[in-house]
Amino acid sequence: MQEIADALCRTLVESGVRQVGFVPDAGHAALIEHFARRDNVRSVVLTTEEEGIALCCGAWLGGQRAVLLLQSSGVGNCINMLAMVKECRFPLLMLVTMRGQWGEFNPWQVPMGQATADALRGAGMIVQPVDEAMRVVETVQAATRLAFASYRAVAVLIGQRVVGSKTFADDVPGP
Amino acid sequence: MLDRRKVVASMLARRGETLLVTGLGSTTWDAAACGDRDDNFYLWGAMGGAAMAGLGLAIAQPARRVLVLTGDGEQLMGLGALATIAVQAPTNLAIAVIDNERYGETGMQLTHTAHGVDLASVASACGFAVAETIREPGTVERGCEMLFDETGPVMVVFKVADRKSPMVLPTRDGPWIKNRFRRAVTGRADE
Repeated sequence: MQEIADALCRTLVESGVRQVGFVPDAGHAALIEHFARRDNVRSVVLTTEEEGIALCCGAWLGGQRAVLLLQSSGVGNCINMLAMVKECRFPLLMLVTMRGQWGEFNPWQVPMGQATADALRGAGMIVQPVDEAMRVVETVQAATRLAFASYRAVAVLIGQRVVGSKTFADDVPGP
Repeated sequence: MLDRRKVVASMLARRGETLLVTGLGSTTWDAAACGDRDDNFYLWGAMGGAAMAGLGLAIAQPARRVLVLTGDGEQLMGLGALATIAVQAPTNLAIAVIDNERYGETGMQLTHTAHGVDLASVASACGFAVAETIREPGTVERGCEMLFDETGPVMVVFKVADRKSPMVLPTRDGPWIKNRFRRAVTGRADE
């Protein structure tokens, strides 16, 4: 993720993204830092991911494109707020870093990680998984066009294989 | 106790070109009772989302005043948004909370504000530039002025009676409300 964060930030800004909502996240850390250095993008740190859904809708109402960065565990927080997106047919772009999926160490991440795609589809979103680092930028480019040109709610799920598994190896003795 | 419809009528009479986002339930009916406008965005759901929709809009339209008109129950569900808004410090955003200490749409059950939770104090503790509670008819005008004239973020809580007002329903077709609003603000619904 570190290696592609610069290209990802550039492609999102070039496609007109001017607001980014996020809850701090290890997987998105480098991308969040790249956005923070951009004068023409407003970084909005959230207390919970559902705030970001309403933020993105408000941005669109005011003529701006926004993106929401979150972790799979945060997807569960968004469900009722997605009613606004579906009912009004707001374009929405979210980039989800997956946990509980590939070599997960923390069992508490597994339930939401395994339910993420179904939960998003159930709430009316288009889900586009990507599990290879070299395909992330092109997948996000395509998802951005689908969201803002076709007025759709699109979630790119960036696999834990790409994000990297947190092992807590530095913090606790191994098994 | 204040009358919610009179408070909202006084408030919206002053709005000029202010963009309006209403929270679901009674505050949407209150706004509709004052007349429909293209630059009104009514939430019929997404409880807790009104203030954050207002923030996204305020960031996108920094030259325009943005007013979020919502109820105590709706704002309580989005309490964290007050912290998020305070950190962003949008100077053009104001939130008016019509606080009847009740969940009006579900049977007038007590909200947390009936038990002493003070939304203006929460906003103030988060870092809002202005946060006031209005209880007396004589100070309603001053409260309304704050919403439009003070540098934001502003929150004004109006303590109103728990009487139900006649329902005045605006259109509830989501795409139509959204596209109309966006066209009114930006000149285009689609790009």
